[in-house]
Amino acid sequence: MGTDPKHLEITLETQVESVNLAEEMCLRVAEAAGFGEDDCYKIGMSVREGVINAFHYGNQERPEKKIHLAVDLTGDKMIIHVLDEGAGFTLASVPDPLAEENLLSTSGRGIFLMRAFMDEFDVVPGRTGGAEIVMAKKLPLQDDPGTNGKGGQDHSPHQGA
Amino acid sequence: MVDLSGKITLGEGSALLRKTIRGLLDDKRIHIVLNLADVDYIDSSGIGELVSAYTTAKGRGGELKLLHLTKKVHDLLQLTKLYTVFDVYTEESAALSSFQ
Repeated sequence: MGTDPKHLEITLETQVESVNLAEEMCLRVAEAAGFGEDDCYKIGMSVREGVINAFHYGNQERPEKKIHLAVDLTGDKMIIHVLDEGAGFTLASVPDPLAEENLLSTSGRGIFLMRAFMDEFDVVPGRTGGAEIVMAKKLPLQDDPGTNGKGGQDHSPHQGA
Repeated sequence: MVDLSGKITLGEGSALLRKTIRGLLDDKRIHIVLNLADVDYIDSSGIGELVSAYTTAKGRGGELKLLHLTKKVHDLLQLTKLYTVFDVYTEESAALSSFQ
């Protein structure tokens, strides 16, 4: 992968099929950027969860609304933006899925998984008025195969919601 | 015992699991083992569906147990602290005899 920054963006319909489409697109970018199998799984899952969040919670599954996905490859990381056209939300309002009272909840784990799987994660107000998820994964070091995402299971997830 | 394969994700995978579990419970087959040996991918919707299956079975007086987790599913259940909620087995005979 060269050092030139790369930018890719796509507008997705608010439909279930967009989840797989977004995941597949980002997986191809991640593989081309040199991420290993484990990191690709984590990036794919995070994109999936981000788009599910936009589809279900942000856009309330309303087909007239769109989901905006953008991917940036900088010199040192892959940055993913998922923007919805909903009412927006703050991380502080998201219940902790690991709390005893939420363990048997049938929903509410998407944000947690994205935070656990990505190196950087935030939710900011988007230009549409909706929420914009911004998450990033550091690119693997080309000289050190040990950091190429193949052994990344040992770091502890950070949960702040 | 229900053998699942492929992905349990938003859309068809989760819907099929829900339909299967509801069908079993409606037939009064309330002791259920889900064999996940061939499930290689599960997202938050799939996790939610597993939790729903577990609580629905319990609500009908039954039990739902998990068998043969793949590494990805195992790690995901540990991460979400659900590994301690579900009864998880590595041997089919142990899973089946646990209902007795």
